[in-house]
Amino acid sequence: MFNRLLRRLVILPGYIANYGYTDGSGDYYIIVDTDKCDGCGKCVEACPQDILEIITDDYDDLVVTVKEEHSKNLKYVCAPCKPVSGPVELKCQIACPSGAITHSW
Amino acid sequence: MTTEYFRWTEYAWKNPDKDWQKADTLVAGIDVGSVSSQAVVLADDEIYCYSNARTGSNSPDSAKNALGMALKDTDIKQENLQFVVGTGYGRVNIPMSNKAITEIACHARGANYMGGPTIRTILDMGGQDLKGIHCDERGKVTQFLMNDKCAAGTGRGMEVMAELLQVPIVDVGQMSLDVEEEPPPVSSTCVIFAKSEAIGLLRKGWTKNMVLAAYCSAMAHRVVGLLERIGIEKDFTITGGISKNIGVTSRILKELKVDSVPLKPDPQIAGALGASVFARDLLLKSRK
Repeated sequence: MFNRLLRRLVILPGYIANYGYTDGSGDYYIIVDTDKCDGCGKCVEACPQDILEIITDDYDDLVVTVKEEHSKNLKYVCAPCKPVSGPVELKCQIACPSGAITHSW
Repeated sequence: MTTEYFRWTEYAWKNPDKDWQKADTLVAGIDVGSVSSQAVVLADDEIYCYSNARTGSNSPDSAKNALGMALKDTDIKQENLQFVVGTGYGRVNIPMSNKAITEIACHARGANYMGGPTIRTILDMGGQDLKGIHCDERGKVTQFLMNDKCAAGTGRGMEVMAELLQVPIVDVGQMSLDVEEEPPPVSSTCVIFAKSEAIGLLRKGWTKNMVLAAYCSAMAHRVVGLLERIGIEKDFTITGGISKNIGVTSRILKELKVDSVPLKPDPQIAGALGASVFARDLLLKSRK
């Protein structure tokens, strides 16, 4: 909580975390802006595949991450939420009150 | 015994001018990576000794081995270390560590320590993955990208190639630059594909140097694609084992059109060094 206050005063800026990979068929990244993320966990509940979790990061902040075992298979595990055409918001994105989550596909 | 061309020499270094007994803080950082492990001991804010060893199949033993090598020529005992931070793939499994911190934060901190506060972009070329990291003037991460899917473009891929061509791994970089004309790169998405392509090229009559050049430029190309995702801000530097391979680094810098800041004393210890800087901070914080 205190960290969050400090961050609002731009003393402790957060970072942008890119989880995922690039392979022959494209880019598969879930991108978390930890400046905006406060670790409320609404996205964790919203994710139908249960790939997200809340952790305490290296700078003692509560943030959401993609579980380590899933960051290597986002292409498959996120497929149910992947739009066939056009940009569609993911369930985790819709659930996030502060707009901290984006994706690369 | 047959020669193992991929094998590089393990080594340790000790600062001859520093007396650890006069130091107020004595802390260590241990980086157990997928291919190599490093240990760094920091006396106050100076590097006292460090080591670079091969990771075995067991991460507690690898950590002990790396720390043992670093302490071998010193009279420091493990009990003298006031705080130990572990990092790298095996960080959760290091028995003597007081805290585990991700290698992303540690590499940024270590590069900041060695390269100075102007470092903004760090490329960590590890044994099994690649990381692009942006940091601020204090070495705090502002953005990171991890490509952990595949060994193409990593140290392990280079070892496979050295073994195939029967070239000592330390000579790969220089040999790959010894070509009259830059050959087209091999496939960059997969080490196994690249290896079978390289075998094909050898059978076609390419020289070892040409094949190495093709592989190094494929690796550079892959890395540049990754870095373009997060963008390059100056100053730029490369950490990890591949940073010692001039064939790859020179091609990366050429493609990116930037210069890299050389890291002294050793770009491969950035992770362990960062961990030891974190250890010192945590120790000082706990004393307050």
